[in-house]
Amino acid sequence: MKTNGNILFSGVGGQGILLASEITAYALLEAGMDVKKSEVHGMAQRGGSVVAHLRYGKKVYSPLIEPGAVDIMIAFESMEAVRYLPFLHSGSQVVANSHKIPPPSVATGKMEYPANLLDTLSSKVPVLSVDGFAIAKEVGEIRAANVVLVGAMSAFMPVDGDLFIQVMKKRLPAKILEVNLQAFSRGREVAQKNA
Amino acid sequence: MSQNNSTERLWLSGNEAIALGAFEAGVKMASGYPGTPSTEILENFSKYEGVYTEWAPNEKVGLEVGIGSAFAGVRALVTMKHVGLNVAADPLFTASYTGVRAGLVIINADDPEMHSSQNEQDNRNYAFAAKLPMLEPSDPAEAKEFVKTAFEISEQFDTPVLVRTTTRIAHVKGLVDTGAHTTSSVEPGLVKMPAKFVMLPGNARARRVAIAERTEKLQDFAEKFEQNRIEWGDKKIGIITSGIPYLHVKEAFPEASVLKLGMVYPFPAEMIKDFAAQVEELYIVEELDPFIELHVKALGITCKGKEIVPAIGELNSHILKKAFGKETAEQFAPESLPPRPPNMCAGCPHRGLFFNLARLKVFVSGDIGCYTLGFLPPLSAMDTCVCMGASIGIAHGMDKALGEDGRGKTVAVIGDSTFFHSGLTGLTNVVYNKGNSTVVILDNRITAMTGHQENPASGATLQNQPAHVIDIEKLCQAIGVEHITTVDPHNLDETKKALEEALAFQGPSVVITRSPCVLIPSEKKRKKIPYFVDTKNCTGCKSCLRIGCPAVNWTPVSPEEGKDLGYKEKQKGHSMINEMCNGCGECAQLCKFDAIVKAGTEEA
Ligand SMILES: Cc1ncc(C[n+]2csc(CCOP(=O)(O)OP(=O)(O)O)c2C)c(N)n1
Ligand code: SF4
Ligand code: SF4
Repeated sequence: MKTNGNILFSGVGGQGILLASEITAYALLEAGMDVKKSEVHGMAQRGGSVVAHLRYGKKVYSPLIEPGAVDIMIAFESMEAVRYLPFLHSGSQVVANSHKIPPPSVATGKMEYPANLLDTLSSKVPVLSVDGFAIAKEVGEIRAANVVLVGAMSAFMPVDGDLFIQVMKKRLPAKILEVNLQAFSRGREVAQKNA
Repeated sequence: MSQNNSTERLWLSGNEAIALGAFEAGVKMASGYPGTPSTEILENFSKYEGVYTEWAPNEKVGLEVGIGSAFAGVRALVTMKHVGLNVAADPLFTASYTGVRAGLVIINADDPEMHSSQNEQDNRNYAFAAKLPMLEPSDPAEAKEFVKTAFEISEQFDTPVLVRTTTRIAHVKGLVDTGAHTTSSVEPGLVKMPAKFVMLPGNARARRVAIAERTEKLQDFAEKFEQNRIEWGDKKIGIITSGIPYLHVKEAFPEASVLKLGMVYPFPAEMIKDFAAQVEELYIVEELDPFIELHVKALGITCKGKEIVPAIGELNSHILKKAFGKETAEQFAPESLPPRPPNMCAGCPHRGLFFNLARLKVFVSGDIGCYTLGFLPPLSAMDTCVCMGASIGIAHGMDKALGEDGRGKTVAVIGDSTFFHSGLTGLTNVVYNKGNSTVVILDNRITAMTGHQENPASGATLQNQPAHVIDIEKLCQAIGVEHITTVDPHNLDETKKALEEALAFQGPSVVITRSPCVLIPSEKKRKKIPYFVDTKNCTGCKSCLRIGCPAVNWTPVSPEEGKDLGYKEKQKGHSMINEMCNGCGECAQLCKFDAIVKAGTEEA
């Protein structure tokens, strides 16, 4: 089993990337690894494109992933999966939310949302497309779409899925725990079915 | 959070680690002003037991508060972003002369790459210019340790100490061990030490000599300081580095010999000479300016630095590999995509103002805050942005430079936090020098841009105690502004009228747009009634899209769908309102066809 890796989280500010990357990081820490995570706060959070780097292994030096060195990309929005393409290589695994959020130019009718983004992406790298939004709706909390995606991604990681569940039990407020646990296992199922 | 002396392993951001370091160092007083990437330090520090933490109105005041605490014999922490140190530079340079009683540590957060800043100045230069020691950690664990060390150095050498972080330390999370608690041996109290604390020329001249002696002692200390260390590897290449670039160096060249400087000023000259003598080729790897490089070259040592390592923007291991001609991984070319810049929130009170500034076609002298996003299309209503507080001075400068030709054509916009930070003096100048500027104060009751910190208009302190709310209207009156109006910016026509009247007024005028930021806790809790688009009534005129609310989206329809909706042939789509709507009602005010309706008010 590969014991070091690079995970890139991408999406739109406000999609819960912070929580998703924290859960992932704590699961890796539980597995006894060194983990570093880098993110950018401030201006980027007002609905802009956001990205977080997570690196794990026996000992991690730089907190930034090199272009072409991502093992897993978890994208919370379709276009934001494609935006960080230079970080990927042909062996990267992408787990992408099929949900689309129009950027301002599209929302105001000045540009069109590019068609078939994930299909084009899957001609280059393996892509697991997950309808995180629909699944989250089914479990009763649209804001849990981020955790659906984490569930799907967890199937590609070298740590036990139970660790994620333990982490959520330890760190999530009781009020939102149950829906998030469900969101996680539904996401994981999607990945396992497609494997 | 309380005191606990057994070691625990935590996973913390650099900012959380700095707060912990300050707590372990026995700091009781902390002040500063928000600024990315430094803000979370004070927010985290305030949660510890037995400490006092406050937001100062600006960095200069924050540092002065810290100096007061240090003079009173109580260890103090002061935090700010890099440009904040420009504001605090005046007390900084003289506090170098006075020195301290108890430790004084200033955390300065630089922002290479300008992730959320208006420039990428390298504040290591301040250490040299103010003759102050500066420590530079490379990760959260070091950040915590270095803060503790900084307090020791501060008291041992009678000096304020600078600790420099960057975005990739402040906002990187890593493993940190809690440690032992230390305390100051200084007795708190009022002690008169005029020769040291009263910097009149006679006293300052004596202190100037003391500073020179201190720098020499610090140079000796640097030679032995354990955080200035050599990691021997292959001696073909030797690299001198510090801070975050150290980690990129370890990543890119694990085999190289490295001299890591934990203290970037003053320098351990002997250690550097010794290192240089033992390696075949010497390189300096540092972000931004050739700060270490210039000092190494001044020692008469040959080295390579900025000839190969970029001086602009952030570094990473990939950039370093390329700079040194080392092979890098294959990578895909980027695809061209519609950009996704940040946008004001749905229901943001600033939107209504900028929509009106755009339709009045005035020149907008801008400032810094969430409202700077008014620069972006479709609002496109900001024409300058230099530094906090600059909007008013720049508008006044234009008014005086252009005279009658510019009258009634410029508006300065400034947020409430920015107004208290450095707008008051600008407004005073307008009145005093008989200017004609129109100043809009965007009072959303919070410092929103940096993540919603309290300010003198909020009615609460950093430690969440009730606070006096400064009356901005009365304040402007006291300064001497004669035309002052307050409006709800969500009311588009009322706001337009207020702006027109203010622009027509002969003399200084102020318009206060007052409506809370939608992300402050009380607003988040308030139940808001959303709007929706009655698609049958929508004519596709796109009028509502002009305000750029992220909750209003253009939705194209096929000819068949259009037919079903009863649309004319040339109507290619309609507007839609999504679940982000906060019910401000601005878009509905722009719709001439009653197609935007408040939920619950629709006709059956
Ligand atoms: C000297 C300086 N200190 C801090 C900052 C970081 N900063 C940018 S805008 C801002 C305050 C914004 O608050 P406000 O003026 O109330 O506007 P809002 O974001 O609430 O709209 C701060 C602290 C800065 N750019 N410059
Ligand atoms: S955080 Fe507040 S002030 Fe900033 S864009 Fe959102 S609503 Fe506006
Ligand atoms: S009412 Fe209109 S402008 Fe206001 S938040 Fe909702 S969609 Fe946006």
